[in-house]
Amino acid sequence: MKKQGSDGNPAPAMPVLPEPLKDLKIKYTKIFINNEWHDSISGKKFKVFNPATEEKICEVEEGDKADVDEAVKAARKAFELGSTWRTMDASERGRLLNKLADLVERDRLILATMETIDGGKLFSTAYLMDLGACIKTLRYCAGWADKIHGRTVPMDGNFFTFTRHEPIGVCGQIIPWNFPLVMFIWKIAPALCCGNTVVVKPAEQTPLSALYMGSLIKEAGFPPGVVNIVPGFGPTAGAAISHHMDIDKVAFTGSTEVGKLIKEAAGKSNLKRVTLELGGKSPNIIFADADLDAAVEFAHIGLFYHQGQCCIAGSRIFVEEPIYDEFVRRSIERAKKYTLGDPLKPGVQQGPQIDKEQFNKILELIESGKKEGAKLECGGGPWGDKGYFIQPTVFSNVTDDMRIAKEEIFGPVQQIMKFKTVDEVIKRANNTTYGLAAAVFTKDIDKALTFAAALQAGTVWVNCYSALSAQCPFGGFKMSGNGREM
Amino acid sequence: MAALNGAVENGQPDKKVPPLPRPLRSLEVKYTKIFINNEWHESTSGKKFPTYNPSTLEKICDIEEGDKPDVDNAVEAAKAAFQRGSPWRQMDAPSRGRLLHKLADLLERDRVILATLETMDTGKPFLQAYFIDLEGCIKTLRYYAGWADKIQGRTIPVDENFVCFTRHEPMGVCGAITPWNFPLLMLVWKMAPALCCGNTLVIKPAEQTPLTSLYIGSLIKEVGFPPGVVNIVPGYGPTAGAAISTHDSIDKIAFTGSTKVGKLIKEAASKSNLKRVTLELGGKNPCIVCADADLDLAVECAHQGVFFNQGQCCTAASRVFVEEQIYPEFVKRSVEFAKKRLVGDPFDARTEQGPQIDQKQFDKILELIESGKKEGAKLECGGLAIEDRGLFIKPTVFSEVTDNMRIAKEEIFGPVQPIMKFKSIEEVIRRANSIEYGLTAAVFTKNLDRALTLASALQSGTVWINCYNALYAQAPFGGFKMSGNGRELGEYALAEYTEVKTVTIKLSQKSP
Repeated sequence: MKKQGSDGNPAPAMPVLPEPLKDLKIKYTKIFINNEWHDSISGKKFKVFNPATEEKICEVEEGDKADVDEAVKAARKAFELGSTWRTMDASERGRLLNKLADLVERDRLILATMETIDGGKLFSTAYLMDLGACIKTLRYCAGWADKIHGRTVPMDGNFFTFTRHEPIGVCGQIIPWNFPLVMFIWKIAPALCCGNTVVVKPAEQTPLSALYMGSLIKEAGFPPGVVNIVPGFGPTAGAAISHHMDIDKVAFTGSTEVGKLIKEAAGKSNLKRVTLELGGKSPNIIFADADLDAAVEFAHIGLFYHQGQCCIAGSRIFVEEPIYDEFVRRSIERAKKYTLGDPLKPGVQQGPQIDKEQFNKILELIESGKKEGAKLECGGGPWGDKGYFIQPTVFSNVTDDMRIAKEEIFGPVQQIMKFKTVDEVIKRANNTTYGLAAAVFTKDIDKALTFAAALQAGTVWVNCYSALSAQCPFGGFKMSGNGREM
Repeated sequence: MAALNGAVENGQPDKKVPPLPRPLRSLEVKYTKIFINNEWHESTSGKKFPTYNPSTLEKICDIEEGDKPDVDNAVEAAKAAFQRGSPWRQMDAPSRGRLLHKLADLLERDRVILATLETMDTGKPFLQAYFIDLEGCIKTLRYYAGWADKIQGRTIPVDENFVCFTRHEPMGVCGAITPWNFPLLMLVWKMAPALCCGNTLVIKPAEQTPLTSLYIGSLIKEVGFPPGVVNIVPGYGPTAGAAISTHDSIDKIAFTGSTKVGKLIKEAASKSNLKRVTLELGGKNPCIVCADADLDLAVECAHQGVFFNQGQCCTAASRVFVEEQIYPEFVKRSVEFAKKRLVGDPFDARTEQGPQIDQKQFDKILELIESGKKEGAKLECGGLAIEDRGLFIKPTVFSEVTDNMRIAKEEIFGPVQPIMKFKSIEEVIRRANSIEYGLTAAVFTKNLDRALTLASALQSGTVWINCYNALYAQAPFGGFKMSGNGRELGEYALAEYTEVKTVTIKLSQKSP
């Protein structure tokens, strides 16, 4: 994530990191519809766990189709012509989004603590990066609210023509567990900015920060029904959204496999518009003329950030032959220096994976790497006797046919491969159905811009990694997604 | 009242009407000096000039009088603040936006002070200053705060082996010369987009009304804009103003005022360093009322449209064209409205109309009223000053006005409503367009075809349909023909404050 706080930047500076809250009380565990809290229609609840301790945090009302139907009704009503939300000045929508940003700033410590306990995220990262991005994204979209412009068009014939850019309507939004709050904001901010109403289903692993946002949305003064939040599971609540005949658009962030199901459901139901942010197997290409220290560091963070659970993880590192050995050596050194542990504690550098399912999948892929002949340089197994911790793992001598070079691992496992020529590496980098992000490290301007043009990725970084900001459009080529966020 | 500058609720159902704000009765004027590098300076010459309260004709205080050397100092400061590597140039775009938002917060905090100062200095009714001028300022600042990090260039598919993209860079040091009719609002209309795009400023407020502009200097410092980003030099047009328009180190000038002075400014810009020029000048704005209009609405909008702010608006509806069939009724109702208009102390909550700004304007308006009487227009009401009341003029309505009369051709800038008759749409289009001005126009009709035909045909920067003075930060504003060059407000203002750079990079082979 892009860092703030360069010199000559008076406002806002990077905040001082406080201590996480002790004994955080979870106040919001119900379904949020029409600015009110409801029990699930079925009466069912589901458990939410802390992945560092495997202990239950609390129980949350489990939404299903019936609850989604209620939420959609509320969202539809709030979107009716003549409603408070539809007749609100666009600038006032922007004011509400800015107020929401103010409230997130006020409750930053609560939300960061919650995100850490629920998602296994390092507290320092949650507080500084995740919350920082949420606040900035809200303010960015707040500024757009009254700048949704149409055009006038010089038509042939006796016509006067102009376009209007109108809100789509009721938008279903399905949020993942890796950046629960940030992804929640990435979806609601532009949707609300444009005047839509939303029905949000947060990931079942991490519903808590989304539900807390419900309370802030109410406090900020959004009219009832504009934002509705239905926690629940994918095959039930999620599917109810993607199939719903009265939802005008669905936005999903998650795996490519589920993304395909969502798009299919949209086609089979009512042709609702679809935005998808899916997986990646992003290439990170290091040339011999690169600044090697910078490249090693960026490649490291680019993979290991948040326990490797990022859609943009630089999980195929192509290093030009002449510097390959040195690069591997430095990367191993970098990966060995880790302190694993409870992400709430200071000094911890790596937290747990999100749940048992992910934990098992990552270990399985590590085993495939060993079996298929990659060289295990460090790590390679679980850590600790409680919680879903995996040691930082580095494989070298990886070849393109191995599973670890093709499948998204979503864990702390770094693959380093060798390349000889520009044309070869362009081909290999593009040889995947994914296309989310890519990076190239070189001082040569010609190479940099050739790759910028040649790489089939929604974002290409030159001499950096993970530089994301609210102003830059983000999304995937090919099967990494449809459409753009931010 | 036709919607003015977007004063709206956020749609909450439980609307309790808050009590009306009260002006500050013994307000001390704290800021009377030249503002450069976030500090207050005396004039290089030692001279001062007085500023008056047009209601009481008493002097409010003395202000440091800036001239060329002070402008030179201000430009030095603005240039330094714009240097590559300076805090302002290095600042992330969203941080510029945050500063503008914070400035809006401080205007909200000091709203009563600023509205009181504006009323003291201009004579405009306090409640109008509070609810319209200040509202417009706050909203415009917040609007441009939102644009700061959205100044986007383009990538461009050029021929042959190149990668090409544009950058929209700040222009540099911008001079801004602001008028006395909406002193603070016109300043914000320039300052907000200029700062949003990363420029630095040298501002000369009108000599009649410097107080709110100087006060905002203190807020700029409080918010934390780096020194030199905003500089304010009060003074006179022929001295400080001319120093700005001829300055070789000012990259752009924005002026709001009379067409006559606007031309001088553009000439000076060309003769000096070809600085870029934006002008918001006069208007003689047609207000066309068709027989099928909602008559009550049309009468009220036309009335407010011409009498608002004592008639001192570039948007004043100063040629009212009424379709023949409804002409007598329209005139009768307009006269009723004009007679009811409450003229008095602008600090009184009931007052709708205050004094004119100064003796010069007052004399000019009365002279034009006399010309109307002499040239044969029918004086329906008003037509003279209010006795023993200094600069107050009675709301005046003329009917049977014809296009050749001076009151039909010259900008009056006073509380005088000329009403003329028309027969056909083709005729009124021709007559409405027959002057060198082209700022705004309004059309009152229920007929869709007529409304859109007129909207297309009228040579005006803004056309209002079934409303008047609907001005919002989002919608671009500016003049056709000699009412101006360029646009303020909306996304369009950004183009006036950025310079486009094209970057083209050669590759060894063609890339798709």
